[in-house]
Order: sequence, then C-alpha cells, then structure tokens
Amino acid sequence: MSTRTVELELATPSVDALGRPVRAPLRARPRIGHGHYDEDFGAEQMLVNIGPQHPATHGVLRLLVELEGEVVRRVVPHIGYLHSGFEKLGEYRHYNQLIPLTDRTDYLAPMSNNVCLALAAEKLLGIEVTERCAVLRVIACEMSRIISHLVWLGTTGIDLGAFTPFLWAFQERERIYDLQEAWTGARLTTSVTRVGGMMADVPEGWERGLRDFCRGFPRTLDEIDRMFTRNAIWCGRTQGVGAIPAAEAVNYSLSGPMLRASGVAYDVRRDRPYLGYETYDFDIPVGEHGDIYDRYLVRLEEMRQSTRILEQALDRLERLRGAPLNVSDPRLILPPKSRAMSDMEAMIFHFKQVMEGVKPPAGEAYVGIENPKGELGYYLVSDGTAKPVRWRIRPPSFINLAALPRLCEGALLSDVIAINASVDIVMGEIDR
Amino acid sequence: MSALSPSVAGLRAAFGDAIGRALVACGDTVVVLDRARVHDVLRWLRDEPGQGFDYLVDITAVEYRDPERPLEVVWNLRALARRADLRLKVELDPAGPLEVPTCTDLWKGADWLEREVWDMFGIRFAGHPDLRRILMWETYAEGHPLRKDFPLRGHFSRAEQVRQALGTSMEGHYALPSDLDVEEYA
Amino acid sequence: MELNDAPGGAEVAAVSPSFVTTRLDFLANWARANSLWPMPFGTACCAIEFMATAASRFDLARFGMERMSFSPRQADVLICAGRLPFKLAPVIRRIYDQMPQPKWVISMGACASSGGIFDNYAMVQGIDTVVPVDVYVPGCPPRPEGLMYGIMLLQKKIRGESLADAALRTERGVGPDGLYLPPPVIDELSEPFGNSVHQTRSA
Repeated sequence: MSTRTVELELATPSVDALGRPVRAPLRARPRIGHGHYDEDFGAEQMLVNIGPQHPATHGVLRLLVELEGEVVRRVVPHIGYLHSGFEKLGEYRHYNQLIPLTDRTDYLAPMSNNVCLALAAEKLLGIEVTERCAVLRVIACEMSRIISHLVWLGTTGIDLGAFTPFLWAFQERERIYDLQEAWTGARLTTSVTRVGGMMADVPEGWERGLRDFCRGFPRTLDEIDRMFTRNAIWCGRTQGVGAIPAAEAVNYSLSGPMLRASGVAYDVRRDRPYLGYETYDFDIPVGEHGDIYDRYLVRLEEMRQSTRILEQALDRLERLRGAPLNVSDPRLILPPKSRAMSDMEAMIFHFKQVMEGVKPPAGEAYVGIENPKGELGYYLVSDGTAKPVRWRIRPPSFINLAALPRLCEGALLSDVIAINASVDIVMGEIDR
Repeated sequence: MSALSPSVAGLRAAFGDAIGRALVACGDTVVVLDRARVHDVLRWLRDEPGQGFDYLVDITAVEYRDPERPLEVVWNLRALARRADLRLKVELDPAGPLEVPTCTDLWKGADWLEREVWDMFGIRFAGHPDLRRILMWETYAEGHPLRKDFPLRGHFSRAEQVRQALGTSMEGHYALPSDLDVEEYA
Repeated sequence: MELNDAPGGAEVAAVSPSFVTTRLDFLANWARANSLWPMPFGTACCAIEFMATAASRFDLARFGMERMSFSPRQADVLICAGRLPFKLAPVIRRIYDQMPQPKWVISMGACASSGGIFDNYAMVQGIDTVVPVDVYVPGCPPRPEGLMYGIMLLQKKIRGESLADAALRTERGVGPDGLYLPPPVIDELSEPFGNSVHQTRSA
C-alpha cells in the first residue's frame, strides 16, 4: 500500500493549480505569522479547554488548545485522569495475579496484554510454551487487534460525523466478544493467559465460531471501505492532516500504525518475532504520507491481515488437536482439581502456587509485542520472590500521544479532533 | 547463553571508565554507566555509524526492595535497521541527589517518559524543558508513588486524599506560565 | 394537608396523597423514567461496555436513552462508567453540580462503586464519597444486561418518587472542610475489605 489511488471530486472549488484539493481555511490564515490579517477578520487568541470529559477525547484526556482564530497555535495534552496505580499495584501481586490487571490497562485489546505479561514472566523464568499454546496466543492477539481497530474505526467515524459504521463495528465486536466469553467466561476482562500456558483450552466448537467470523468479517470491512475510503468528506478531513514524516516519527518513538503510516516498516511481529509469527504468512501495510488517511488505510488493512493470520492459526489448531496446552512443570501450572484433591504431591503444588506464587529467579526481562496501538512492552524486574520488584508498562498510546502537539501544528480546531482520534489512544494504558 | 551485544566493546573503547559492568539478562544486554557521561553515551549510540540506535523504546526507573541496592534509571534503546536492542542503566544512591541528564534533545519521545519518572520516582532530569508531574496532579503532596517507602494506599487517610483531590484547582496549570500570553477572559 | 412533628423537632410536611397528586406524580415519574438522558461519564473499561450497551445488540434506545447528553446541563442521569482516580474526582463533582435537578447517578462497575481492584493511592474508593449515588451496578465490567437491569432499577426508583418530596431534590452542599460527607464516613466507606486486606502485604 504505497500509492493512493483515490480520485476526489470535491464540490468546493478549492483546488490548486495542479488540480489537487486544497483545504480552505475558514477565517484565519493557515500559516501563523505569514501575511496580514484583514481588519474585518482579525484573529483573536483563545484558550479552549477540551475535556477531560468530552465525547471526542476517547477517554479522560484533557487538551488545552491555544487558538488564533480557528488555527491552532499550540496543543497541550494533560493526562493522568485515569491514573490507577497499576505499576504500584503490580508490586503487591503474584505474577499470575498481574494478569487480571493487564486486562484493565488496554481494555480494548485485553487478550493482547494478557499474552504480553505471560511472555514477560516466561522470559524471566526462561521457559518456552507449547506449540498449541503459542497458536492460541496468536489467535488471542489477532482477535484483540481486530476488536481494537474496530473501536478505533467506529469512534473515529463518530468524531468525523459518520455514525453508522460505529454500529457495524460494534456488531462485529459482539461476535468476537461471544467467542471471548465462550473461551474465558468474560467479554472484556479476559485474563486468558497464565504463566506457562493458558487459563483454559478453547471449548468444543469454538473454532467453528471463529471460522464463521473470519468468513463474514471481510464483508463488513468491505462495507466500511465503501463508506469511507473514497468519501469526499472523509478524504477532505483526513488527507494531508496530522502528517508526520518518517524520521520524526522514529524520533518521537511512535509505534504501531502511527509509525507505519509514516512509511517506517517496523512491526514487532516481523522484526522481533514472538509466538512463531515468523512462520505465518501475512503482509504489513506501510503508509506513505503519515497523515490520518494513511493511518486509516493501515488499520483497515491490518484487520484484513489479522483475519488472514486467524485462518492460518485455526488450521494449525486443527493439526494440534489434543496437543498439550500448558508446560508440564508442576511448579508453574496448577494440577487438575481432581488430582489436587486426591494426590498429596499435587495438593502441595497447588497450595504453593496459590499461596506463595510462582517465583522466577532474580533478574529482569523486557518483552515487546505488537499491540494494536503500537509496541506494548512489559519490563519485569524480579528479586527472586513471588512478587515483582518493578512492573513497568511501556505504553504505546502514551508515547504516541506525546507527539500530538507536533501533529497539530498549524491545524484547525476540527483537525485536532480528527488527529486525536487517529492516534488511537486508550487512556487506561496511557495513565495506568 | 546469549553473548553481549557488540556495542559494549565499542562503548568501552569510546568511553573507557565511564562504562561499568555489562551483563546479559534473559538474553538482553544491560550496560551500567557512570551518571556523568550518560548524555554523551546516548548521543554516541544514536549517531555513531556502526551503532545507529535511533529508536528510544523506554525510559524508566527501578527501586529495589533491598535498601542496600541503588535506584536505577533505565534507558531501553533500539537500532531499527540493525534490529538490535540495548539497555543502559545508571545507578543512583537513594540518599544522594536523584538527578540524571535529560535526553530530550536526542529523542523527542523522551519528554513525557522523563516527566513520568520524575512524577513516580522523584528523579530529576537536568535540562528537561518542562519537568512537571504528568500522571498525578501538579500540586500532589503525598510524594512520589513508586518509591518503596511510599505505602500502597498513600500516606494520608482516605478522607484527606479526597479533600486534597477535590481542593485542586481544575483551571490551574494550563501550560508553561511563562509562555502563556493569551488574555484570559473574565 | 397535615403537618407531622417528627421526634427531634423536625417538621416534615406530608402531603396526604390525593387523586390529583398521585396522578401528577405518576405522570412526572413516567416522563422522567422513560426519557432519561444519560450523561456518560465513561472513564475506563466499563465505558466500552456502556458503548456496547448503546450499540445495536443491546440497544439502549429501547429505554429512550440513546441520546447521550455530553453536556451535563441537558442530562438527567450521570452514569459513571469506570474507575475514578483522585485526579478526576473534582471533575465528576463539577459535572454533577452542573446537572440540573432532577438528576440521578448510576455507579457502573466495581471501581465506581467501591474502588474495585484498585485499593491504592490513586483511586477514589467509590464515587459515593464524592457524589450521591442512586443505583450501584456491580461487575467488572457489568454485562450490558447488568447495566440495563441497573437502569431499570433506577426507573423503578424514579417511579416511586413523589413531586412533593423536596428532600429528594435537595443536594448536600460542600462542607466547610471541602468534603461532601463527614471524614469518618469517607474513611469507613473506603476501608479495605475481604481479600484485599491480605493481598497487599508485600513480597
């Protein structure tokens, strides 16, 4: 995806000499400091507060916008309104008890976070999971990618004035939620992984449900594509808006679709593979202009690629039917309840794991995965006890949002809303 | 057992004594540095042709439960083209000045990351353009939450915490006060 | 109209229910209950379940609540969906104060009701220490059906109200110490209970 093949027919005569559409500013000049201000249309300076309670801030984000007329002079984001003390709480929980906490950081893609924590704890322990577990984790990550991007699509559509795709997106999400619920018992707070394995295997018939979803989902994506990609309003509001070049994107430590839309082909699944991603056949969409429109195209295509990965993973799951799910280490994995009640050794292992927790050796481990929002990293430092000394969450949305002032340079106020939407933030992860 | 990253040899050649011990932790190379040369080392790692660590992954800090162990400030770097990672640490004496140089001039992404370390640990970043609290409110009085001497539930009673929270001025702390030249309308 | 002298000297004006007043009450309550305009104060995961409740499968529009009012001035019920950290406490209080009477509050989720799993320095242990709550919906997050049950409970509560009862519409103002509840009550509401007492021993 490196060239744009969209022709636009704009109703307004705002095209430049080469026939390219040009956005006509409403009142003020588009460049600060250039030209003169008309006497009649003197631009006034204003400080506008957006949030923390606002429908379009995607959570409790506060934006202070210094405006000169309609043009933004500066945007100052204020965060911390959802700071919940996750990292502090993590120091008082066993490693398996951290997993429910991870659901609540990026609550749009909970299974992805669960996987990342399990991978980080397993890196500390120095263990590898079974093949079936790896395939299930890939399925979990890709399902999370789809539901996260669907929320992004729906809410960005609402921000830019399109309400219907929100309903389509959430209908598809409900299908994934049904699958998540059948697997883990919870729609949103899944806690699907455990250190060394998974919470449970998928129930009978679950794969068929996921295949049905994979069959029907591309049709919805096509509908959304038809609604947005060549839509004059959508293109007018997203093309050329909030652009950031590749070198700056790298310097701002952006990750995920934000970085790839700017043309940097960095995807953790390919550059630092985990869970066997190098053996899956999928493409990584990379944009060109780094504006909102490219981010939209990247995310849309990522959903298609996720469906592709899911189908491959389901084939592998077929092949691995009956294979062991968890590592066979009794110090890590709870024994089956029947054995824990009858066998002394199993009971002791059960007791030790539940009361004392899993104790990795002293050390530290950083694991980064390709979360839907970007590179999610968990940095766990252990001192040999059952509770981590430090649990650092490297939040992709936090780092991506820090670039918002740069993205909004010279934009109009309505662009700020669109750009903020395109960053795809989740406040739970930003504020932790 | 993974070997040390080749960058370690280059660092030792370039900076000599400023580079302390280097170890491999779960496959990742960790290098402990002298606080005084941190900025030079980071710049060298970013700009030196063979290194090219152009991507700052994370900046954070660690305090151990053992009071004998120093505080650590941790930089995670990545060279995108070479697919190489490096972790750098500076050890700070908890009793001494908790300060390290900033690297916001090298990576713009360091800005908010350093503010968070300040907020959560009380470690200053000398030269940072705007070192304010970022997660807690700016007049937060209880301390720096991720320190080990900070209790999980905070120092104050719940009623006191609610009172302090409700008492903060929501309109305050807009932007850098020195920068604000917009007239506030009454 | 009879005046009751309640013990302690407080005078409570009790309007003896007549046909007109009960019909008026019924009308007002029917109108209020069936056209609640929610102010979605969505903070975290519960907000996503709230959005799912408003979406097509569970459909809040059946309750007349699809018109989200993001301006508190036009809202009836503040639905606090998600956890409330201390930094956000003055914000929800201000939003609550900006809502005109009659107004109700639904505390959606465990975190809004009691602090949830976040018994730490950053989290308000239940929004009822900051705003008065009418219905608590437990769950982490509550299923959309759970939220709808909570909404239906609120509607039932509204239908049981009376226009003459001024106490329902009076608000407790801010106390001299800046709090809306006495400090011992806040401390007691925020006390850890159950397992969380044992889980937070370190190492």
